[in-house]
Amino acid sequence: MTQAEIKLCSLLLQEHFGEIVEKIGTHLIRTGVQPLRTIVSDTGLLLDQVKKALCVLIQHNLVTYQLQKRGCVEYEAQCQRVLRILRYPRYIYAAKTLYGDTGELVVEELLLNGKMTMSVVVRKVADRLTETMEDGKTMDYADVSNTFVRLADTHFVQRCPRAPEAPESPAAPPPPAPTLVIDEKDMYVVPRLSLVGRGKRRRSCDEEESGERKAKKQKQDGESSEPPPDDGIYWQVNIDRFHQHFRDQGIVSAVASRMDQTSSEIVRTMLRMSEVTTSSSAPYTQPLSSNEIFRSLPAGYNIGKQVLDQYLTLLADDPLEFVGKSGDSGGGMYTVNLHKALASLATATLESIVEERFGSRCARIFRLLLRKKHLEQKQVEDFAMIPAKEAKDMLYKMLSENFVSLQEIPKTPDHAPSRTFYLYTVNVPSSARMLLHRCYKSVANLMERRQYETRENKRLLEKSQRVEAILASMQATGAEEAQLQEIEEMITAPERQQLETLKRNVNKLDASENQVDETIFVLESFIASTLRKP
Amino acid sequence: SGRGRGRAAFTFNIEAIGFSKGAALPDVACKPPPPFPSTDNKPVPLKTGEDEDYMLALKQDLRGTMKKMPYFLAVEEDREAIERYSKKYQDSEKEHAAWTPDWRRLPGEMKPKKKTKKGPKPKKIRSSDTKSNLDVLKKIEELEKKDDEEQKSEDEKDKTKDKEGEDDEEAEEPEEYDEEEHEEENDYISSYFEDGDDFGAGSDDNMDEATY
Repeated sequence: MTQAEIKLCSLLLQEHFGEIVEKIGTHLIRTGVQPLRTIVSDTGLLLDQVKKALCVLIQHNLVTYQLQKRGCVEYEAQCQRVLRILRYPRYIYAAKTLYGDTGELVVEELLLNGKMTMSVVVRKVADRLTETMEDGKTMDYADVSNTFVRLADTHFVQRCPRAPEAPESPAAPPPPAPTLVIDEKDMYVVPRLSLVGRGKRRRSCDEEESGERKAKKQKQDGESSEPPPDDGIYWQVNIDRFHQHFRDQGIVSAVASRMDQTSSEIVRTMLRMSEVTTSSSAPYTQPLSSNEIFRSLPAGYNIGKQVLDQYLTLLADDPLEFVGKSGDSGGGMYTVNLHKALASLATATLESIVEERFGSRCARIFRLLLRKKHLEQKQVEDFAMIPAKEAKDMLYKMLSENFVSLQEIPKTPDHAPSRTFYLYTVNVPSSARMLLHRCYKSVANLMERRQYETRENKRLLEKSQRVEAILASMQATGAEEAQLQEIEEMITAPERQQLETLKRNVNKLDASENQVDETIFVLESFIASTLRKP
Repeated sequence: SGRGRGRAAFTFNIEAIGFSKGAALPDVACKPPPPFPSTDNKPVPLKTGEDEDYMLALKQDLRGTMKKMPYFLAVEEDREAIERYSKKYQDSEKEHAAWTPDWRRLPGEMKPKKKTKKGPKPKKIRSSDTKSNLDVLKKIEELEKKDDEEQKSEDEKDKTKDKEGEDDEEAEEPEEYDEEEHEEENDYISSYFEDGDDFGAGSDDNMDEATY
């Protein structure tokens, strides 16, 4: 783990789980696998605190445990998974676009709680949706269940590995740690539940409520004595599936901007057809025949078969090679080259960054090197049509920032510098890694700055919260306009200005974090695809 | 050759990396680059749109919500010394009860160990304590109505004295009532000071209520 990753994980843990969890999480990320005793002694925290923090981390899939042969249990942090906290808003928004508000809340609840049973999720989401509905209306559990089932069917949520059933012989001591297992085929199986009910509106104490109803409500909300029917069956968000969705989105929009809307729709159709047949780490999708694609096009698109064939040929001939032709049967067999597509996206990101950081002439040299692979100093000047002095300057600037590297090719076995070729080249995976590291650092900087801004204005923020709370309570009890005005004026005009500025800055920093995470996603997906066997 | 004699020469052809012979070489960097270098190219403005706005709101909401979840373990601050007035307006949203994990899914060592007390004794004391509590409460009710408290308080004194030796930590309630019973050994009518609500209600008919 690089220092930048550790720092970012630390900030994310602290912001979302507090200092105690942060201390233990960071410690585990730094040191690797450790047993409980060592964690307690190294962090200097109380045993009780460490236990609670580990429970929280395990619940949220940020730490896993392993039972060693000697009976010792060791804990390991999942650094990559901690970094995903940055992407939670994107997951939730994707669920909203695909499955509406219900889907959005299901995913949000699962992310907030790490793991939950289906019955609890359905109940909570129904209650939350009921809150937002008009008076008198409530959300039916069945609707929420349906959305949940759809999320499971499309693999956006999955079951967690199960704890073993109670041992046959209670006399035998239980193992120090349960071994959780899950069968591949069970991962998306929804338990047969008959969840009947409607969401409940949470009423404030001011509203009329007879004591009887209150008592009944409390009894229903409290824990029932019998375990729910799906006890022990927990669900979690399947972030890999979301990543697959984002990747598909990226490819489709790239095709749309490079070619046109219709081509992008064709590619989208191909990707949709491959969702279940192709694993997310495959280099290319299963071959699809032109006939199949024609049949699966969305209803709105009534393009002729020949037009479709023309589009497919165009896509296959495009130098970016998003789509490849793998055969001629069935009207032509086509695949989407996933690895190549990811590589193109990552390269485009690199080019864009060089352009924005160094200028368009540097970008020209960069693109030249990408195309020609290896070039000597002199060749760069000639091909790019840039004067020698400037070309030299630009190359060294890019070299010093590791966007470009030097390849030595000796002419003689003694590697004498005067008899060696020095070729400039762009090593895309290596540059991508360097840039990814920079992204982590950027997000950490953004978070630190945002926390600093909030800290600096803490007194003012607290005052503004107090005033808002007073206003809210006064409005509820029906105060006059003049009184409200008086309370509002407790915050002076310059203070209001300061608050406005603070809000604008915090929003900007937050939005920047979201945007950098998009780049992180592209680069990480590309690097992951290079690590897998071709 | 060339070491120390005449000018220092490079071991390779300087033209290979683009410097012409005899041209001034750029300065050597003596210190690390500045932490906030001035940028000639300013960054591109952020993306804006419906999607981005919604995700921004989601992010900020998520941050706020997670701070209130039971999973957020904050370091306890020692601010409880003075109860702030503003507290009334702030932390009223700790609705989420403490969270209990599913122990079946966790290693055995995660479960907090209950404080071990001396075996069956606590159970015995507890049941007799509650019994004595109930007795005390019943007795007090009776005392409010009747006036012969002295007799009953003596009975209770005996009972509670026995148990006083046994329970040190648990149930401070019998001791509290103990004090009250002790105080009752005087000429004051117990009903007078028993309940704040009843103050003046059970007083003698002779007394006029003071009106101002």
